[in-house]
Amino acid sequence: MIDVLTTAWNWIAEPLQYGFLRQAIWVSAFVGLVCAVLSCYVTLKGWSLMGDAVSHAVVPGVVISYALGIPFAVGAFAFGFGATVAIGYIKSKTRLKEDAVIGVVFTGFFAFGLVLVTKIPSNIDLFHILFGNVLGISRQDIIQTLIAGTLTLAVILLRRKDLLLFCFDPNHAKAIGLNTQMMYYTLLSVLALTIVTALQTAGIIMVVAMLVTPGATAYLLTDRFDRMLMISVAASVSACVLGTYFSYHFDVSTGGSIVVLLTVFFVLAMVFAPKYGLFAQRFRQRVYKKQLDEMSSPP
Amino acid sequence: MTMTASSLDITVDDISVTYSNAKLALYNASCMVMPGTITALVGPNGSGKSTLFKSIMGFLQPSQGKIRVGGFPVQKVQKRQLMAYVPQSDEVDWNFPVSVFEVVMMGRYGYMNIFRTPRQKDRRIVMESLERVGLVDFRNHQIGELSGGQKKRAFLARALAQEGKVILLDEPFTGVDVKTEKRIIDLLLQLKQEGHTILVSTHDLASVSTFCDRTILLNQTILASGTTQEVFTEDNLTMAFGGLPISSLRQMTGQMTGQSSHIVNRQTSQNAEVEA
Ligand SMILES: Nc1ncnc2c1ncn2[C@@H]1O[C@H](COP(=O)(O)OP(=O)(O)O)[C@@H](O)[C@H]1O
Ligand SMILES: [Mg+2]
Repeated sequence: MIDVLTTAWNWIAEPLQYGFLRQAIWVSAFVGLVCAVLSCYVTLKGWSLMGDAVSHAVVPGVVISYALGIPFAVGAFAFGFGATVAIGYIKSKTRLKEDAVIGVVFTGFFAFGLVLVTKIPSNIDLFHILFGNVLGISRQDIIQTLIAGTLTLAVILLRRKDLLLFCFDPNHAKAIGLNTQMMYYTLLSVLALTIVTALQTAGIIMVVAMLVTPGATAYLLTDRFDRMLMISVAASVSACVLGTYFSYHFDVSTGGSIVVLLTVFFVLAMVFAPKYGLFAQRFRQRVYKKQLDEMSSPP
Repeated sequence: MTMTASSLDITVDDISVTYSNAKLALYNASCMVMPGTITALVGPNGSGKSTLFKSIMGFLQPSQGKIRVGGFPVQKVQKRQLMAYVPQSDEVDWNFPVSVFEVVMMGRYGYMNIFRTPRQKDRRIVMESLERVGLVDFRNHQIGELSGGQKKRAFLARALAQEGKVILLDEPFTGVDVKTEKRIIDLLLQLKQEGHTILVSTHDLASVSTFCDRTILLNQTILASGTTQEVFTEDNLTMAFGGLPISSLRQMTGQMTGQSSHIVNRQTSQNAEVEA
């Protein structure tokens, strides 16, 4: 018993003696927090694909920022947000459905980024952009992550009710005289900011998981938005911290382990959720069928 | 201002709406909703009732035409919380994690500070609105847990909480039992007494003449408008409901209900067979 405890303690404590790991743990926890908050809105608004689009569209921005020597967050935000504006514009001017427009725009941006990264001489590691590198994150990048994340949290905290109304019933928002156009762009810009926040930790391929899975998991577990927010944050932050541990102990990709954990949480919720889980549904069906049988069978 | 004191009218002047798939949903529609009346907007499915509602509410931009409420542009009227909209059921995400109370509270957002912190007055009005539609006991339910009629009443309560002078209800009687329909009608009559202007879309011809002062007949454009008696002529209804004489329409609906009950019967007998 004592043995197990000491082993567990060592498992937790040992990595903490390294500065870069302590740093990786709290940075990814912070990123997990920001993504979790936004993921509730993304899930409810049905913007998962939009999140994927923005994350891919930031690549040229990152490359150009490095080439020009400006903070990566600036370029990434500009291109990520720019892509969403392009998507909105093309959708309003053509008869295409949104998913087609999103598909065209984000692959276009991404391809442009690939071309740039292979042509512009820089010390950017494409692998790090794609898959994240929280263990080797620089002080500069941490500062940018913190600024982008804090900005996101502040905007959402201040406008949370309006944003929720906008997700639920944009027509009503308009009917009471609110500026829905501005809410649309506010939500898009915090989406882009969140992706900038998560870029260094998760990488652009994985960031969509951090933007969708925590919210989707929480959505299966509750009918109250406030609780959904808390569950989402709890799942996301613990996956980020644990994932970073796993990546150290088993020497595997950090972004990868975080997302694997998030997915495990999701599957657990999907199966065991008290009301919307597979078991609960099965159980309800059985009870219902039994009641029907009892009603229709002769006394 | 005079705008808030008296009842407001709605003027629709030569509206045309084309959707992005090049579908012309409304053309050259002009009509007027008299202040302080209950007006029915009647037309078959796909005739553009919701489209006209959304144009009036400013949710979509008509390609031509002008809309005024009490003589003012819609946006201005909305900023003063004078227009409420009760959506058609299929336009609401019933799985959204909000409670009935929270939905009704959304009717008050326009009166609150930027953080939307409810004050005592907001809570009181929300509770009163819930009481008027008889949903106080359901206030903590998630909206999807309500029955069809309760869902309509929840959104009606939101419109009440908003305290608008003009209320637009898109198909409030679809999928609602007779008792709830009567309850909603009673409430609308009360609201009329209080000076509201009410526009209701429906394709339930039978109930219209019982409570609507005026009727607007629509099929892609305005076919007729006036008092319900004036409008409900055989010819007009034939025109609106697509070339079929109204008597055959009545027959058809009769047949349809007969058929559906037949199907139900067959299903139960099948079940009985399985049991046996
Ligand atoms: N968002 C949309 N995009 C394209 N066509 C639409 C859209 N909404 C409605 N329509 C079409 O416009 C016509 C009028 O629809 P609608 O106003 O919903 O009619 P109603 O409410 O009377 O049933 C229908 O033919 C419908 O198919
Ligand atoms: Mg409709």
